[in-house]
Amino acid sequence: MTISTAPAPLAAGPPVSAAPARGSRLWSWLAFLVVALYFVLPLVATFYWSLRAEKGVLGFEAYRKLFADANFLPAFSESIVNAVLAIFLSLLIIVPTAYWVTLRLPGLRPVVEFITLLPFVIPAVVLVFGLIRLYGRPPLLLTATYGSSRVVLVCVYAAISFPYMFRSVDNGLRAMDVRGLTEAAQGLGAGWGTILRKVIFPNLRVALLSGALLTFAIVIGELTIALFMAQHTLGPYMAELTRSKVYEPSAMAIVAFAITWAAMGMIAYISRERKQM
Amino acid sequence: MGGAQRPPQRRLGQWFGVLPFFVFSSLFLIGPTLILAYRSFEAPQGGLTLDNYRQLTSELVLNAYGMSVRISLTTALVGGLFGFLLAWAVSMGGLPRPFRSITTTFSGVASNFAGVPLAAAFIFTLGRIGLVTALFKVFGIDLYETGFSLYSFLGLSLVYLYFQIPLMVLVVLPALDGLKRDWREAAENLGATPGQYWRYVALPVLLPSILGTMILLFGNSFGAHATAYALTGGLFTLGTLLIGQQISGDVLHNPGLGYAVAMGMVMIMALSILIYSLLQRRSERWLG
Amino acid sequence: MSGGFLTLEGVRKEFKGKLAVDRFDLEVAPGEFVSFLGPSGCGKTTTLRMVAGFEHPSAGTVRLAGKDVTFAKPNERNIGMVFQSYALFPNMTVAGNIGFGLRVRKESAAARERRVAELLELIHLPDKGKSYPYELSGGQQQRVALARALAIRPQLLLLDEPLSALDAKIRVELRSEIRRIQRELGITTIYVTHDQEEALSLSDRIVVMSAGQMEQVGTPFEIYNFPKTSFVAAFVGTLNQLHCTVADAGSGAVAFNGQTIRVGSPIQFAKGTRVLMMLRPEELHLGEEGGDNRLSGKVDTVTFLGGVVRVRVGLGDSNLTLDILNERTLRLPTVGEQQTLSFPPHACWVMAEN
Repeated sequence: MTISTAPAPLAAGPPVSAAPARGSRLWSWLAFLVVALYFVLPLVATFYWSLRAEKGVLGFEAYRKLFADANFLPAFSESIVNAVLAIFLSLLIIVPTAYWVTLRLPGLRPVVEFITLLPFVIPAVVLVFGLIRLYGRPPLLLTATYGSSRVVLVCVYAAISFPYMFRSVDNGLRAMDVRGLTEAAQGLGAGWGTILRKVIFPNLRVALLSGALLTFAIVIGELTIALFMAQHTLGPYMAELTRSKVYEPSAMAIVAFAITWAAMGMIAYISRERKQM
Repeated sequence: MGGAQRPPQRRLGQWFGVLPFFVFSSLFLIGPTLILAYRSFEAPQGGLTLDNYRQLTSELVLNAYGMSVRISLTTALVGGLFGFLLAWAVSMGGLPRPFRSITTTFSGVASNFAGVPLAAAFIFTLGRIGLVTALFKVFGIDLYETGFSLYSFLGLSLVYLYFQIPLMVLVVLPALDGLKRDWREAAENLGATPGQYWRYVALPVLLPSILGTMILLFGNSFGAHATAYALTGGLFTLGTLLIGQQISGDVLHNPGLGYAVAMGMVMIMALSILIYSLLQRRSERWLG
Repeated sequence: MSGGFLTLEGVRKEFKGKLAVDRFDLEVAPGEFVSFLGPSGCGKTTTLRMVAGFEHPSAGTVRLAGKDVTFAKPNERNIGMVFQSYALFPNMTVAGNIGFGLRVRKESAAARERRVAELLELIHLPDKGKSYPYELSGGQQQRVALARALAIRPQLLLLDEPLSALDAKIRVELRSEIRRIQRELGITTIYVTHDQEEALSLSDRIVVMSAGQMEQVGTPFEIYNFPKTSFVAAFVGTLNQLHCTVADAGSGAVAFNGQTIRVGSPIQFAKGTRVLMMLRPEELHLGEEGGDNRLSGKVDTVTFLGGVVRVRVGLGDSNLTLDILNERTLRLPTVGEQQTLSFPPHACWVMAEN
């Protein structure tokens, strides 16, 4: 399991003080350029290769081939559906939990926080190992068919999104005065359903969207769990592609990078929007 | 509300909101782990034993764990160092303002850009046909002749740094922001040189955060499976890959040992996360 | 040119073309306690930071003990500074904080320990040496910050709004504490504040600043009783202002709503000029016994403040605020009742209408 973090919303940063000495600025440039080189080179190399599928010319042949591959789009769409389902499942579980823990059962907070951290503690390969042992044979036989395995997969994806989702929603709840808003709404005669739907959700939109996008970025190309549960999703497909083809994997890597970038960019964008409000 | 006595069904209702969470976590996080934990104490002929854990010292397991530890230590230290330098450069090193947001957004992307695409990107860069490999050849150096391989300790470490450095940046940046300008000025005012300020104030204040994050990086790399699998086809000697091999085909010829290997992994991860959160808590108290 | 211990000459500071401080000239005598008083953004903190060396003046010089330190590094000035945020180092104990300046000066551990103990005694926190800053209250933290600044035996002590983050009660307590320590050590001190009460009660002299300019320099008595500009008059203390016309410049009389008010001294404006007549609340009295000038009006509000009772009396378009000392036998005026106010001519002064 890879731990990941969404980009922090643009901080106002510390007050700008007297400019640092020239020497330290030189070092900053050096550090930045060295690290930037390390990060940019693989992208450049991959992009370069992705343009070379046709002999003698630079072009988008690799991308065309990738999208024309009979297995690509089904795997891609299956992964998207899985990700979306996992996000909704996760939201459905985490939002009431975070709300309850903030408002009504604060004593449970440490327990809930601990459990949401479990996906960091249990590596994906160990988790899937346990899943196979737990659900691979009666009495809890859930991995017998492709479809039922897929259900388990979506559920596990929802579970591994807990750390991000809970933290995101929890931060969102802390940023607003949940108790005050709830009591005000109750005072005006609103029931619990109305409060959640009309008061809490709209105020949490940014937090929910960030959590959802981050989950999407993590789950869409997930390999380990899908692989051992024999699912034909994007992760195993990409692994197979990397093993068997020459140029398509480069196009695939660029596409995957673009998807991640889009998700993270959107998170940065919406949290900045929010800041300006 | 606020009444002294609450009707009992109301109290049950309280739990209703968190019940799905606990059920779901038990089914898909806790349950799978517990069954591995239980099986790891099971003897092949039935009954409970510690034998499986004793066998963790067998050569195959030790090699795999050893490589995991080596790679994790290396990438935590190197990634921690470069991540810190980068975070420092964009936060207080005097780089133009936009560099900071570019760096945080990119770090968000790169820290999530693990798995197959990352492995592929490095194959195209430093693999046998990689662009950088080719560049070196232009200058007369054959990387793979010199003993370098992307599918080795060094290669894998280089790849892991791609998500390690950004993670360090993202976690350490807020800590750097927490350094107050007043502290630096107070130190200077009391006669400290910039070097003394860093030695006595800034670094000690940041230390829990830096150390904690490096431990987090250690765990992050220790539990990583997808990238290594995609790069090496799962055949490299590495803790997570060994578990993968055990799932597919009992390479250890002892199911119980497989469970123990998995549990050992969980324990190391748990320990690193625990130390991380303890250090982070201290850091927050200081930087709050 | 000067015998001042700290001398600022023609000091000016611009930030990206914006003028923060201009034409700042000041001589501070050894052992003197000088406050910079003004609203936020008036340039008082910037001036202090130039003395400390955190900012460099765009023009002018700063001299300390006869040496030009205008561009000296902060860590070479031997000036102690107390920050508004306290700025205690969170990773060090109280003793570690206080001893920090001596540590970087490479003084021996024994000497350091002695000095720390001395200062803990001075700030009345003898057994807090092993505590960490986050274990202390705000007031205690501020005392430690003071001790830390004093530990290096600075030539000059700078205090930047040191009390503004504290509760009112602790503020007053620490105020006298600061003054006591300053007197005991005889250390030259500059104190930046936006709180006029603090400045008045602490200082030997006050520099009132506004928009980067010095408005007036003087003792608290001079600043309060003889403000030179309308800004100073209005910023320091509560002030009544009445729009009047000069009736007789020579003898000092103005006309207000058809009535004549006598002013203690001749007026520098020609007859018929619109002017402001000013008067402090404590100089006004209810009834006819307070002096030769009389005005009458309707009581607007009565505010009981404890030691004094503040009464506002409406006079047509304007109003006057007066303070009555509280006594148990006092009969409080009631809102709406007609009252005569009296005040002596020497309590009044006149300024140009702006």
